Amino acid sequence: MCEVLAPGLAVSVLRAVFQEVHVQSLLQLDRHTVYSIIRNFMRTREEELKGLGADFTFGFIQVMDGEKDPRNLLVAFQIVRDLIVQEYTLGPFVEELFEVTSCYFPIDFTPPPNDPHGIQREDLIVGLRSVLASTPLFAEFLLPLLIEKMDSDLQSAKLDSLQTLRACCAVYGQRELKEFLPSLWSSLRREVFQTASEKVEAEGLSALQALSACLSRSVLSSDGEDLLDSFLTSLLQDCRHHLCEPDMKLVWPSAKLLQAAAGASRRAGHQISASVVPLLLEQYNQHPQSSQRRTILEMLLGFLELQQKHGPEEADDNPLLGSKATLCSVVFSAVTDPSVQLQLVGIRTLAVLGALRGLLNPADVELLVDHLTRLILHEEDSKSCEAAMEVAGALAPLYPEAFSGRLVQVLSEELQTAPQEEPLQSQHSRWRRCLQALAAVSTHSGIVRDTVPVLLQCLRRAQKGNVPSGAHSVVSICQSLQRVAVQCQQDPGSGWYFHQAVVPCLLGLAVQAGMQENSSPALGKVLLEEEALTAMVPVISAACTHLSPELAAQSASHVVLLFLDGELAFLPDNSFPRSFQPFQNRQCPALAQRRLVSLLMAFVCSLPRNVPIPQLDRLLHELLALSCSCDCPFTATAAAKCFAGLVNKHPPGSQLDELLEAAVNRLEPDLAEGPHRHQALALLLWVTKALLLRYHPLSARLTDKLLALLGDVALGPAVGDGFSLLMADSPDVLCKSCHADVRLMFRQRFFTESVPRLVKGFHAAAPDAKANYLKGLSHVLSHLPKPVLVTELPTLLSLLLEALSCPDCVVQLSTLRCLQPLLHDAPDVMSLHVDTLVSKFLSLTESPAMVIRIAALQCLHALTHLPPPVLLPYKPQVIRALAKPLDDKKRLVRKEAVAARGEWFLLGSPGR
Amino acid sequence: MRHCSFPLRQQCTVIVGPTLSGGSSHVENANLLIYQHSGERSIMVREDEEELPDTIDDREIFSLIRSINDSEHPLTLEELDVVEQVRVKVTDAKSTVAVEFTPTNPHCSMATLIGLSIKVKRIRSLPERFKVDVHITPCTHASEHAANKQLADKERVAAALENTHLLEVVNQCLSARS
Repeated sequence: MCEVLAPGLAVSVLRAVFQEVHVQSLLQLDRHTVYSIIRNFMRTREEELKGLGADFTFGFIQVMDGEKDPRNLLVAFQIVRDLIVQEYTLGPFVEELFEVTSCYFPIDFTPPPNDPHGIQREDLIVGLRSVLASTPLFAEFLLPLLIEKMDSDLQSAKLDSLQTLRACCAVYGQRELKEFLPSLWSSLRREVFQTASEKVEAEGLSALQALSACLSRSVLSSDGEDLLDSFLTSLLQDCRHHLCEPDMKLVWPSAKLLQAAAGASRRAGHQISASVVPLLLEQYNQHPQSSQRRTILEMLLGFLELQQKHGPEEADDNPLLGSKATLCSVVFSAVTDPSVQLQLVGIRTLAVLGALRGLLNPADVELLVDHLTRLILHEEDSKSCEAAMEVAGALAPLYPEAFSGRLVQVLSEELQTAPQEEPLQSQHSRWRRCLQALAAVSTHSGIVRDTVPVLLQCLRRAQKGNVPSGAHSVVSICQSLQRVAVQCQQDPGSGWYFHQAVVPCLLGLAVQAGMQENSSPALGKVLLEEEALTAMVPVISAACTHLSPELAAQSASHVVLLFLDGELAFLPDNSFPRSFQPFQNRQCPALAQRRLVSLLMAFVCSLPRNVPIPQLDRLLHELLALSCSCDCPFTATAAAKCFAGLVNKHPPGSQLDELLEAAVNRLEPDLAEGPHRHQALALLLWVTKALLLRYHPLSARLTDKLLALLGDVALGPAVGDGFSLLMADSPDVLCKSCHADVRLMFRQRFFTESVPRLVKGFHAAAPDAKANYLKGLSHVLSHLPKPVLVTELPTLLSLLLEALSCPDCVVQLSTLRCLQPLLHDAPDVMSLHVDTLVSKFLSLTESPAMVIRIAALQCLHALTHLPPPVLLPYKPQVIRALAKPLDDKKRLVRKEAVAARGEWFLLGSPGR
Repeated sequence: MRHCSFPLRQQCTVIVGPTLSGGSSHVENANLLIYQHSGERSIMVREDEEELPDTIDDREIFSLIRSINDSEHPLTLEELDVVEQVRVKVTDAKSTVAVEFTPTNPHCSMATLIGLSIKVKRIRSLPERFKVDVHITPCTHASEHAANKQLADKERVAAALENTHLLEVVNQCLSARS
């Protein structure tokens, strides 16, 4: 429409509106139309409107004066903001324009119930704030208003004022603020000192920070005074003395105020640190109590962190340099204090101190590393020890030589010469600490090359039986190796080094153990225990996931040929007494060797999808045969997982179809009867999962098979449990981190496809098989995302109520956990079943299993969220019944009983 | 019924942690001292053992009453130092509990109400077998004797809970803090 309007007409229209229409006596809708006309003209005829000069501004002020409808106000605020931002002439009407908008501040508006327009208080606040904080011209009127409203009794007004002040600081300069700084500071200080609300405190601090940032931004004129300097001086004057009273309440608000101001800019940080840091150091030495020292050190830590945030200073200008010696001695005294609380703060301070560039000289760094070493090796408190390890990990990349030469050196000596006179228990725990520390400090490529050989050496000694408590030690070593592997993943150089050093070594040691088995039964078998092999899996897996495809392919050919053809050449110390043929022989040594299939699984299933695996077809068929025929469940499951992991990544096509066909044909007879039914089931479950994850059409057929097996007398319960395997994330294969093909919504998809059939199967099943269906169902439900669960559950409610009576603990627990969120989120549906719920929950509070008693009591607690009229008839019954769990023998049960009974007492009672 | 106000307690000392610094109400002297609360009890390994019974101990009873709200301030009895763990004595085997509480000042008119709240909390939260004795810490309140007598009288406690207004105040004290 606007295009056809002749030039000049817009101005005439507006003049007419301004002169002839008394807008505020019109109806809401018509007023809205007027605003729309003005806004449209502003969009399309900006030049013409600007020709009106200040008359336009004045006209609009008259139009909106007295507006009360929130819908119109939103538009009006927008127009005023555009007036200012698009630089229309305001002329002499700045104050009028401010008056006509600021009269709404702070916004007090509650949308009526069932409001169809959906305007929230927040919309109006933001609209108005964008007007008020749009121009420095308003400053002289706005700042007094904000100062006044900060003192309001209404918290919302306080918050709005503080937030608006922060917004203003983005556009204001020194000139606008100058006159009001003293009153602004005293208001902000009052709010932070006296508030009971964390929100007000946070907003007050961020407003102060904005203020300080605004003052830091302004360019100094040659003659003008530095407002930032005088502002910070008054801050320091008012806050400094509170820092000297670490027992009193104002110590933290004062520290927070100073830190907020110091965080605004480097200049502010410099000035405040220069004054506060020496003071705090002095206070630390004057206060002997560790609780006081902790408070002081915690404040100091805050100031050091700000220093770190602002980045490196020019060397001669660093405010910390002057007090560096005292600073170091204070921090070092804190980490040697007997109080753990103080120690922990000291350790955190060490981390920041070490990370401050250009502060510490090599001698200081050595001292720092020695303190960390002492904490790691000799500190009794495990929290301090862990914190020290973490700090060592963080600082190691900054000072690799110091850490290699001192900490790593000490740790490896400690590992080799464990003193014999100590009791075995403490020997072992110290040993584990060294291993953990080695892993923690391996955050730099140079250090990794020192620590990995030490860890591998430990593993060799473990194989020979030279370390405390066998398999546990292997597990600890592997956990450390895994941590190193994960830390190496981001750096290709370290990653490849780790892979080359660790994978052949682990395989070599395991192969050696597999061959020695007959000759010396007690020796070297420790590496073949399930626990040890399971611990090696994540190490190998983490060493493979981030390799580049070329290197991975090179390594893959070695490993696969090792297992298929017994090619041992790439292993270290490869002089073995016999051959390694896990897939071929049926004699005894091969039994032990076959257990190593779990290591093969860790390797091939973690490779990126684009890495070619040599002789894949042959490998798959060997795995298939092994998984169905092996008597040892560990080996069979490992083979099944390996097969599934490869199937999941196999490119689609006829080859995959043939392979799956072969697998299904192989499975069916074994599944039906024979000695290997459980092995066949494991294979079926893993293959189903592999296909389910990638949305392969065959997964539906396999799911059918599983559903049918739920009715089986022997396998049914295992199938029910197997549903959790299908739904859960598995840590070693078929997960995102090992590059498996995992679709986003596979759980929801499985839910929609399988649950109706589970329900149908449940109703049709024989009485003693019903529990299997319920178990399957509860596993599916408990792995589903909450929002999906809440929308879908009402349809399943009757079945869930039935599941509560099922004697199986797993079913009971997962059903209770499903029902609990529903009591919060779907009270209407649940109210219909209140009778059943109350009686079932109450009877479960007497279950022999503690977890179920706890869950049942939590459900009874959650039940109080239903509308009181529904619950009141049951109140006496529930209160009477809950008296019994109050005297439960387990404290954790009593705690829940107290909470639940307390809420039931309050039901329908005055003062709830 | 006006409750004793804060500034009377300024003379006491205990550390304030950074997380608590925003916790007090609007009072004349802003720089008062707050008592740190003890936090949730950490779960011991043995407490997850199905078979081993856990006896009811001082700490457990204390954690029942420490979170009772003061009727006039947004603070708990623990934060005001009205109840302390050392003043709670439990003998699980003999089924007895003794709780001493310290009113915030010797003329605090809310002393009996605090005592009543503790009594009611125990009726709702402890097994019936326990005999509970709630009284004021000796020499901390002007009318200590009278208050103790009231609290020990079962019938007077029962009668007090028939009073809707009183019940409302007690319930507010016992409601979980939002």
